[in-house]
Order: sequence, then C-alpha cells, then structure tokens
Amino acid sequence: MDETVRSESGIPLNSSYGPADLPGAESIPPPGVFPFTRGNFPDGYRGRPWTIRQYSGFGTAEESNERYRYLLEQGATGLSVAFDLPSQCGYDSDEPDVEEEVGRVGVAIDSLADFELLFDRIPLDAISTSMTINGTAAIMLAFYVAVGEKQGVERAKLRGTIQNDILKEYVSRGTWIWPPRPSLRLIADTIEFCADDVPRFNAISVAGAHFRDAGASAAQEMAFTLMDGVTYCEEVIGRGRMTIDQFAPQVSFFFYTHGDFFEEIAKYRAGRRRWARIVRERFGAQDDRSCMFRVGCVSGGASLHGPQPHNNIVRVAYEAMASVLGGVQSMFTAAWDEPFAIPTEESATLALRTQQILAYETGVARVVDPLGGSYYVEALTDAMEERVVEIMEDLERHGGMVKAIEDGVLQRLISEQAFGVDRAVRSGERTIVGVNKFETDESPPKTEGYELDEKGRIRQLERLAEVKRTRSAADVKATLGALSTAAAKDGENLMPHLVECARAYCTVGEMVDVLKDQWGEFLQPVVF
Amino acid sequence: MPARVLVAKPGLDGHDRGAKLVARALRDAGFEVIYTGIRQRPAAIAAVAVQEDVHVVGLSILSGAHVGLTKKTADALRAAGADDVVLVVGGTIPEKDVPRLEAAGAAAVYPTGTPLDALVDSIRTLSGRGAVQRS
Repeated sequence: MDETVRSESGIPLNSSYGPADLPGAESIPPPGVFPFTRGNFPDGYRGRPWTIRQYSGFGTAEESNERYRYLLEQGATGLSVAFDLPSQCGYDSDEPDVEEEVGRVGVAIDSLADFELLFDRIPLDAISTSMTINGTAAIMLAFYVAVGEKQGVERAKLRGTIQNDILKEYVSRGTWIWPPRPSLRLIADTIEFCADDVPRFNAISVAGAHFRDAGASAAQEMAFTLMDGVTYCEEVIGRGRMTIDQFAPQVSFFFYTHGDFFEEIAKYRAGRRRWARIVRERFGAQDDRSCMFRVGCVSGGASLHGPQPHNNIVRVAYEAMASVLGGVQSMFTAAWDEPFAIPTEESATLALRTQQILAYETGVARVVDPLGGSYYVEALTDAMEERVVEIMEDLERHGGMVKAIEDGVLQRLISEQAFGVDRAVRSGERTIVGVNKFETDESPPKTEGYELDEKGRIRQLERLAEVKRTRSAADVKATLGALSTAAAKDGENLMPHLVECARAYCTVGEMVDVLKDQWGEFLQPVVF
Repeated sequence: MPARVLVAKPGLDGHDRGAKLVARALRDAGFEVIYTGIRQRPAAIAAVAVQEDVHVVGLSILSGAHVGLTKKTADALRAAGADDVVLVVGGTIPEKDVPRLEAAGAAAVYPTGTPLDALVDSIRTLSGRGAVQRS
C-alpha cells in the first residue's frame, strides 16, 4: 500500500522541510521583482488592498438598472453584469426552446435596446463594468460601445472587462457556440479592437475556475488555464499586428480556491512565477507589466457541501485566507447556502463580512507574502510549478489546447479527476466533515428556490417584438450582410461590423446565426 | 441483459460534473449508460431514448429550470411513444419542487447531496420495474 502523504493534487509531502528545500534566490526575489513569485508589487496589499467582489444577477434590464443605480448612489464604482443563458449561448428570448431560461440566471439581452435600458442614467465614463460573458462576448462589447456612443461617451473612456474565454467553455462551463478556431479569431479581434479603440477595457479574463469546479485538481486548474492564456497570446501574436507588450497587460486570470490550504497558496505563487517566465521567455516581453499575473478568485464552489451547511462558513474563511496569503488581487466569497439555494441577503452579507474580517482584523495583509521563505511553502511552490509544467507539456505534446478539446482529452482528464475524488470521498479515504465523517441527521434547511417572474419574460418578448417592428429592415439586412462577408474570409476584424449591427438593432440571435452559417457549430465530444 | 440508462442534460445549463459522475457510477454498477452531453432539446433526448431503447432517462438540471424542462421532456417521451421509459430528475432542486416534478412525470427526484449509492439502488429498483412493464 502506498503510505506516501500527498496534497490534493497528488504532490508527495515530506513530514517536515528544511533549508535544503529552499529554491535559489533567483526564484524568490523580493516582491515586485520578476518572476514575481512573492507578488506583483513591492508593497502588496498596503499599496492596494484586494478588491472585494460579489456576484449577482437580476432578471430584467429594468430591475438590474434600478439595482445598479442604487449601488452607485452607495458609492460603488464598478458594476457586474450576469447574463441569462440564452444571451450567453446566442439565442433570442423569443426562441421557443429557451423559454424556461429567459431572465433566469441573469439579465436577458436581445438587442441594443436592452443595453440602453440596462445603462439608462448610468454615466459609462464614470464606472467600470465587468461582464461574465464568453460565447457572445464580442457582441456584448459591441452593444457597450454603441450604448456609450448614444450617451456621447467616447470609446477611449469606456472601462470594464469581458470574460471572453471560450476555451474553458468547451470543457466545463458550456456556453460555446462556434468551433474553437473561428472563436479564437473573434477573441483576437476583440483584443485588437480594445487595444486600438477601447484601451481601458480588458478584452479577456482567462478563467480556470470552471475547470476546477468541473473536477480538476489545483495543479490541473493552473496548468490548463496557463495553456489557455498561451493559446490566446499565440493567436494574437500570430496575426503579426501586435507584440506581446501591446496587449499582455490587459490579460487577467480567474481561479477557485478550495480547501487544501498550503497547496492553494503554492498554486498562486507558482502560477505567478510560471506565467512571468512564459511571457518573457516564450513571447519575448520587454515590459515587466506584461509578465504580471493578475488574479481574481472565488472561495467556495465545489468545495462546499449540503450536509451541515453552516460548516461552509468555516471552509470559506480558510479558503479566503489562503487566497490572500497567495496574493490574489480580487476575491468573491461564496455564501454558505450556495450548494442548494440562491444566497439570501443575510448569507451574502456574511460572505462579505468574512473578507472584511480577514482584511481589517486578522492582520494577514500587513506584510507582503508573509509565507515567503517558509521551507514548506517554497518547496511546495516549486513542486507545484514542476507539476504544472508537466501537465502543460503533455498537452503541448498532444498538439495544443484546441486539439485536446476537439479530441475530448481535456474533458476526460477532468472527469477522471472528478471521479477519483468522488470515489475517495465515498470510500472514506478523503474526509469531509459532516459528509462522510461526524455525520448527523441534520438536513439542509428548507429553501424556497427562485421563482421566475413570468411578467418579466413577457415584457422582454414585447420589447423584442417592438424592436423588430420599429428598426430599419434595410439596415439590418445590410449590416448582417457585411458581417457575413467579413466572417467568410480571414484577416478583417469583425468588431466594427458587430458595432454596425448593434447600431442597426440586429439581435444577438441574428448575429450569432450569421456567424454560424459561416463557421458552423461546435460538436461536443461526449466523454465521461 | 443489463438495464439501459440515458443520462441527459436538457436546457442550456452547462454544469455536467454531477451528470458525468452519475453516468460513471451507473456504468460501474453494471448498467449500460449513454450520456447525451449538454444543451440537448427535449425532443432530441426522447429521440435518443427511443433509438437506444433505454429503460430509464435521467435528467440533470442545475439552472433552476427543472419543472418546465421535466414537463417538456415527459411530453416529448410520450410523443415519441416511449411512455414506458422511467423518467428521473437530479440537480439543484428545492424540496418544495419535488411534488411538482413528480406530477410532471418524474418517478424519482435526486436533489444535490443524494448519495450516489442510494441513487444507484433507486435506479436499479426503478429500471427493474420499467423492464417488467416493457415485457
């Protein structure tokens, strides 16, 4: 029997560590010095505390607008938009097969008219807007630019982020539309468009979090995410119009923090170092800012459990502390009731307080990278980086990320890992308090669930019908035609065409369908 | 002959970690398992159920749209002449929706947190019943 003690990612652990386990000085220079193992900035959270975020979604553009204006009155400077699934997958609200999902997990967006309502009386030059959108990210960016124009705000003043990371959608989150290769083209189009026209807008946030929630280990999560980052950079650089230093500072990353405390800390430290080395050594970055690994995270997710649900409060607190000791730039904390309900106001506030206690009471943020130089943490950071490199090399040998997705290789790696974890929990080899040890009969509290407001959906359908009735059919035809022609051949940036379509009140579904005609749809390899 | 189970994800929700775990646990328990992949239309699920001659269709839904999607899938199964197929549903399902799902045609409901062994036992019992009805 294997008696080796291992981390969650399978890294073998000694019973203790000593001076011989420390890496060379070049690997752990002071914070703010390449390769940034100990942090991007010399003064860490003293210079800039991490951003405390909360994710939220409201059914209709009217409700969201009301909420946004309230938040702005309260002093918020950033807004977060969650979209419903039809908007994320490229269907209009009047598509019969999606009626169950209109306005359900976020706001329904069919055309520019919805964006006009969403940002009504919100000055787009004074706020930054974060949009969790991938498959249709380019279209939503076009709407944002067009609504800015309507307000008289020039593009250079628009600030915000679109997630725009399609590769992980094919493997875990599932809001893909077209096949990977044309989708990569569209992402490179948005990156170039932002760099040229909307310089304060972040065109991509590479998200590993969804790999993790689908079952990947911490090491896999980091490796797959860095591979995605490499793939996007190669796509942009390969077009020959931009150098790495012209867009890399706009690239950021997003992860889940789960329960293995030191491994999570090591994951962020190793990721920071590896990305810095990739950007400098592989892509020839000259600017240190290009090499910085900007990271946001969620503490919670699949590490939370239904039985004895209040235990989740404790889990999230430890995870949040690991995230901060790992040096993240922003964090969402999940509410304890998230495994079985839409969080209540009370549970969401407690999640927020968890971060505030961490920031203002524990003192962990007083000194940059407080675990730097720890024999164990440094050795684990090295081991993590080594493991990440191995996984990345395996994927490179397979032919890269796109091929691994098309062949279902990545999907299989993740479901294998998920099944292994599940088996370990079922056999008792891995302990989860309240789930397979110290169980009680305590069942999760009864929850109400979220009832969809049927009236909101009907209003949405009416607005869409009104848009279709009042817009110029000739403009719609002309702009969609131009989009189609540009999409049929390589080389032309599609963003200006999408902005034209947006101005003509073409719908999300119409634009998506025009591109489907040219590019086809993704065929998912089904593996389990 | 082992019972045949179709694990299906209707609607647009892409979270299929649970669906895949269930598919695999059923396969390990000796069932013949087919998984549709995500984002399947109810009519397409019914067509696969008929074509593959399955005893059980298991829906996995985490988006909150479980009541409508279960009804639609039950209707599609009836329309396809697959009335004898046992329909079960799992996912993020509040307790108060269980009777609504049963009324919509679900023979069993497995909310998040249902132990896999219990789920496998339940499907074994139900598929036995389905197979008897079929003969």
